[in-house]
Order: sequence, then C-alpha cells, then structure tokens
Amino acid sequence: MEVPYTDTNRPDTGLYNAKVGIWLFLASEVMLFGALFSAYILLRVGAMPGHWPTGLLDVGPGFVNTLVLILSSVTVVMAWASLKLNDFKKFKFYQGITVICALLFVVIKSFEYKSKFTHHDVILKDGMRVDGHLVEETDEFIVLSHPVSYPAEKGIRERAVAIKEAEHHAHEAGGDHHHEDRKIMLDDIEKRTTWGPWANTYLAIYFTLTGLHALHVIAGALVIAYFWGPGSKMWKTHPEQFANRIEVSGLFWHFVDLVWIFLFPILYLL
Amino acid sequence: MESTDSHVHHEDGHGHHDPGFWRKYVFSTDHKMIGIQYGLTSLLFMLLGFFLIALMRWSIAYPGQPVPVVGYLLHAIMGDMASPVLDPQTRELIGYAISNDLYNSFGAMHGTIMVFLAVVPLAFAAFGNYVVPLQIGAPDMAFPRLNMASYHLFLLGGLIMFASFFIPGGPAQAGWTSYSPLATSIPTDGQFYWLVAMVVIITSSLLGAVNFIATIIQLRAPGMTWMRMPFFCWAQFVTAFLLLLAFPPLEVGALLQLMDNVAGTSFYLPTGLAISTLSDVSGGGSPLLYQHLFWFLGHPEVYVLILPAMGVVSEIIANNTRKPLWGYKSLVYSVLVLGFLSFIVWAHHMYLTGMGTKISTFFQTTTMIISIPSVIILTCLFISLWGGRIRFNTPMLFALAFLPMFGIGGLTGLPLGFNYSDILLHDTYYVIGHFHYVVAPGTIFALIAGIYFWYPKMTGRYMSEFWGRVHFWCSFVFMNLTFQPMFAQGMAGMLRRMADGGVGYSIANNPDAIGGLADRYLQLNVNITLAAYALGISQIPFIINLFYSIKNGKKVESDNPWESTTLDWQTPTPPPHGNFVGPIKVVNGPYEYSVPGAKADYIPQNQKA
Repeated sequence: MEVPYTDTNRPDTGLYNAKVGIWLFLASEVMLFGALFSAYILLRVGAMPGHWPTGLLDVGPGFVNTLVLILSSVTVVMAWASLKLNDFKKFKFYQGITVICALLFVVIKSFEYKSKFTHHDVILKDGMRVDGHLVEETDEFIVLSHPVSYPAEKGIRERAVAIKEAEHHAHEAGGDHHHEDRKIMLDDIEKRTTWGPWANTYLAIYFTLTGLHALHVIAGALVIAYFWGPGSKMWKTHPEQFANRIEVSGLFWHFVDLVWIFLFPILYLL
Repeated sequence: MESTDSHVHHEDGHGHHDPGFWRKYVFSTDHKMIGIQYGLTSLLFMLLGFFLIALMRWSIAYPGQPVPVVGYLLHAIMGDMASPVLDPQTRELIGYAISNDLYNSFGAMHGTIMVFLAVVPLAFAAFGNYVVPLQIGAPDMAFPRLNMASYHLFLLGGLIMFASFFIPGGPAQAGWTSYSPLATSIPTDGQFYWLVAMVVIITSSLLGAVNFIATIIQLRAPGMTWMRMPFFCWAQFVTAFLLLLAFPPLEVGALLQLMDNVAGTSFYLPTGLAISTLSDVSGGGSPLLYQHLFWFLGHPEVYVLILPAMGVVSEIIANNTRKPLWGYKSLVYSVLVLGFLSFIVWAHHMYLTGMGTKISTFFQTTTMIISIPSVIILTCLFISLWGGRIRFNTPMLFALAFLPMFGIGGLTGLPLGFNYSDILLHDTYYVIGHFHYVVAPGTIFALIAGIYFWYPKMTGRYMSEFWGRVHFWCSFVFMNLTFQPMFAQGMAGMLRRMADGGVGYSIANNPDAIGGLADRYLQLNVNITLAAYALGISQIPFIINLFYSIKNGKKVESDNPWESTTLDWQTPTPPPHGNFVGPIKVVNGPYEYSVPGAKADYIPQNQKA
C-alpha cells in the first residue's frame, strides 16, 4: 500500500500531507524565533540604564533588504500561480527573480556584517571612548574614519547624544558636516574591541537573530533554486506534485520574509 | 489467517523483493523497523545511564574509596578524573575513586542520557513509530524518509554526546540542566559537545513530531474518526505537539549558550561576573533567561515522558480487564488539557531564583490546576479495573504497578509545587525521589509493559512469562527500596549533587553545627546503593528474555494473541511493509470488549458486531 494523500487532498482536512507538515514545521519555527524575540525583550528590559545602544546599524541597507525580501515574496507567489495556470516559462522567470533576491539579500547582509567586524571601539586612558572604521593600523597607532567620541563611563547610549551634538555643531558652522579621520596611539588605549557579538548584548542578539535568519534564507534559497533548476524536470512527469512542492517551499519563504519584517524594526529602528 | 507462516505469503503477494541488509536494517524507511531501531538504541542508552548512576551511587555510599574492578577501566578512559587512591600505610596504589569532577560529569550525563536519549526516544519515538500507524490503520508514516532522517539524527546526537566521554576534561559537568554561568565557566569542552548534541537531538525530535502529527491528522483509515482513536494515539498526538512547540525554546537556550561559549557573547553572563577573577566579558546578560528557556522545554518534557506511558498502560488495562476503558472521553479531554497547561507551569522549577513572589504565585496556581487532569486520568484507569475479568500476565503486572507508583510520584510533587514548602525541599533528595517515582517505576514500568505486550506482534513469539514475572517482582521490590528512602533523606535536608553523599554535612563531622545530618540518614545511602545494584541485576532476566525469545519464545497462536480490538492486532505477524492485507474500514470504537450478545468478548475495530 502506498502512503495516501501525497499529492491529493484528504477530503475531511482539505490538505495534502506536505502542507500539514510545513505548517507544523512553521509552528515550531514560530516558537524558535518567538523565544529569540523574548530573549531580546528580556535582555533589553534588563539592561542597565544607558547601556542598550541604539543607532549602531545603517538603516539604508536594512531597508533595501526589506524591499528585496518583499519583492521575493511576491515573485514566489507569482511563480506558484504560473504553474497553476500551466505557464512553465513564467514560473521560471518569477522563481528566477526569487533566487536572485535571496542572493542579493545575503550579499547585502554580508557587507553589513563586514562593516561591523571592522568597526573598532576603543576606550582611552583619559576616560573617553572612540569608535570608527579602521582605515590604517601600524605597530604604534590606528586610524579610525568617521570617529564618534564620548565619555566612556556613561555607557553607550551617550554615543547617540554625541552624534547629535556633532551634527548640530557642523550645522551651526555652516558647512555640511564632514568627518576627519582620527589617529590614536596604541599607548593611549585602555581597552579595544570590535563590533562583533562579543562587544555588547545588543550586538550579540543582533548577530544571533540575523545569523539564524540568514541561515534560513540560504536554506530556503537552496531549495527554491533546486526546484528552479534540476528539480524542475518533475514538472513533466508529476505536475501536481511539483506545484505542491513549489507551494510548500513558498510557504517557508513567506515565513522567512515575515521574520525579517519583525527583525528590521526591532534591530534597526527601535 | 494463520500467522507466522502466512506473512511470507503476504509479502510475496505484494510483490516485495528482499531489500538487502542495509536498506532493511539501517536505511529503512519502514516505520516498524525505525521503531525497533529507536527501541534498541534507547535501551542501550538506558543501560549506559544506569551504569553511570551505579558508579555515582558507589561514590555516595563509599566516598573516596576505590571503585572495584571498574576503577582501572575508568582511569584508562578518563585519566585522572578517576582519582588514584593510595594505601594510607604503604602508600601503594590500591585503586581509583570517583573524583568530584567525575561525579559531576556522570551526574550531568546520567540525566541527559536518561531523559533525551533513553526514555523519550523509547516512549515517543519507538512505541509511537511502531504502534501509531498500525493503530490508526495507516500503511506507514506520512513522511517515511523524514522518519529515517529523524532516527539517524538521533543516533548522531547520541554519538556526539557519547564521544564527549573520551575527550580531555571529560563530558559536561553542569548538570542535565546546564545552568549558566556555571556551564560556561567549567573548563571542559564537554559542554560544547553537549550543546551541539542537543541541537542535533532537537532537530531529530522536531522531524519526528511533525511526522507524527501529520500522520495522525492525514492517514487515519476510513471510519477512524477522532473519537474512535485508541487512547494511546491521543497520548502520542499530544506528546508530539509538546515536542514540536516546547523544544525550539530550548534550542534557542542552547544556541545562546553556544554563542556564550564560542563567540564570546554575554547572553547569560551578568555584568561584574567574577569566577576567581573578574571575567573579561561585556556583561549585561541574564542567568534567569537561560533558566526560563530551559524550563519552558523542561516542564512539557515531563509530560513527554509520562503521556506515552499513560497511553501504553491504557491499552494494556483495557485489553486485560476485557472491558472498555472507563471514561474514554474524560481521558481524551484530560490529555488535551494537560498538554495545554504543561506550557504554563515551567517556572515552578525556579521558585528559589529570585524571580519574584508574584510570578511564583502564578506558577503555583497553574501547577495546582494541572494536577487535576492528571488525577482524572489516573482515576479513570483505576476505575477501569472495577468489575473486570483481569488477566494477570506480565504486561498487566507492570501496567498495574504503574498506577500506584505514578500516584506516589505525582502526589509527592504537590509539596514541591507550593512555593513555601518547596523552599524547604528544593534541591534535596526529596526531589530526586519524586521525579524518579514518576519516571522510573512510573514511565519505565509502563514502557517495559509495552515491550512485553507488543513483542508478540513484532516477532511472532511471546517473551517468557516465568522470567517476566521474576523480572517484575524483583524490579518492583528493588525499585521501591531504591527510591523510597530518598524521601526521608530529603526531608532531613540532604542535598542532591554531592559526591560524598552528605558526609560533609553530617553531625559526626560538624558536632557544633545546627541541623547536621544524622547517621541514620547517611546509613540509608548504603541501603539505597545496594538496592540500586540489585535493581540492575534484576534486569538481566529481561535482557536475556528479550533476545532469547526472538528465536526460542513460545509461538503466538494467532495474529491477535491478546484478543485485542485495536487495529495494530488486525494485521499479519509481524506486519509486512504496508502493514495491512487489504483496505481497512473502521466501524467500531476502540474498546469494544465484552459487548453483550456478541460471539466473542471482543469486537475488532474493523469488524461489524
């Protein structure tokens, strides 16, 4: 006996097996990311006053990535609808865009990661704290571009205040505010770190959440790319089942997009 | 249909060719073979878990004394974790004792192995895989290949966990709960292995849970309505939901701890954490966060342990009392309520963490409420015995013993559920006694009952009834001798997790201290250890019986030797690939025993009265 309802709907549930399976899997994923979001809330609420940073991330690339994923969400539906309308060429076109979007997302994300790992955060012996992108490093000094400087003891919240003040001064001075690189002697440095997950709890949860999400994007993209390329031969032999597979992988893709829709505001904007 | 010889014929009739050794036993997608794979693997892990506790019990009863025979083996594998013992006079090496570090390692691994690698896979994956598709009249699980992947991941996780015994520094030492920051500060890579193994095991259980739920929703045979489903399937159904939804937060807990250990984050490391010196971490983390994430799984996990056992016991009781289960609907609704409530009681494990009295009050209330459906289930099973013609065979003996044993385990949990009495009892041997009564003479008895019960279906032969009874009575006596004294020790204030069994807190060693442990409680350590060894020896007849009976047991007289109503017995023996000979149509409820006016005292679910 074969396992029933692999490609037809069971009459009383109206679903085929894989669709039940993917929804259950997504329920589990909701709990996974739900727990991470809860951890985010608990860490943020429990942070010492002034120690939860804001504005560390560039909103620009994050916003572009949001648009990229929304676009891919549309094309993944169009791809499935094209199959239902028996238009295999259009399926190839739309699903191709989905895969490109996924790649674009990962590329933008990795540039964001790189800019964080090369962002140095330095506490000086005179009690000031400076951070900026590393442009030069020798045995004696380092040079940081776009430096932000503020008193270390008040916590990283002070950073946003310092940026505002700098902008204000630049505005009063008349010109557009341009930054001068800052040279720091190694002898003056008390403690030095980069903006990796070890820097503070905010960056820790940022890297964990976006890293896990990026793994989901990559996994989803691999599945979708497989059914776009070598896996699409199935369309000739089992068109119904193939359309189902596209639907199921699409459901997963929507979930991945949805997670990002929550991630973007809590990490970039709030 | 005449059983054992006929199944060969059926297989031929379906045109199956022999798939070869690897496809049949290792890379099988057949739910029955996967169930047996899970069963044997988890029984092996259970034996390993027992050996660990046997060594720990030696250290508790005879602290610092060399372990006979095995001590040398331990030293060969674990190095100086097994500490050398010298003769006080001659200064000669006389053997190796369990060091405190080794005791901690074994404690952590005993808990982890027993819960995640022995009891849950046996209760849920082994019995669920073998029995559920048969009972609902399905040809296989909904996703057979996913099922195979699930077993292989489980095995991989188990092997990673096992491998950590052989690395320098030994396995994880922070208890099965792996609380941070303790787990991050112990200098052994064992914790890394523990975390990676847990992530793999959780993935395995996720695949299994999805598969079970999809199977029960989609593959019930025509006529198998929800309220015609055997209670066992209901129990597995709820269990699968618990695994599906409760495990991900633990996965998050493990991932964040992994980040703390590997990427230098401070999720669980508070500002100003000092372990001998001030730690060089960014701080700002919360140790409470880990405990919440852990117990959000940890408590539903308790019901993952107990619900399948209740399911097994229900099947065996209905079958051997020859009457319908009393209150089938109450059982079903209770198990659903139990599943739901189990998600909102987790912090009753955390009364002493300083999370606040208001939160404690909430969790105390939900904890008391959850005891109601548990009591309903147990009461229904007790009342089911009333007026039955009880057959006292081995499976029934174990199933009957489950009822009072689980009762003791459950009722002793109430004082732990109230936060004011928990302050006294927390982290004592009372807690150990409580949950071992639930899991050991509770769940494990039920699972052993299940093995004796379904063995004839798996192999076509009975296990020896005589040795089954020997196994039962010895286990029953020594189980109680092992765990009953722990309540007394715990109420006297003996703490758990002490390698010396509390000698350091004895009145003898601390004559001026108030509330030191009296000698009579320390003496119980020896009694318990001997009882535990006797309990281990009592399993030998079972192990021999299990393997010997495959070829030499008494042959079953028919495909339905226990004269059962459920569909798992309306198949050839053992069931071939695809399970059933023809299409199944269910026309009866699950427990049509002793129906007045019927020819036999049972009516199978697929036969008209």
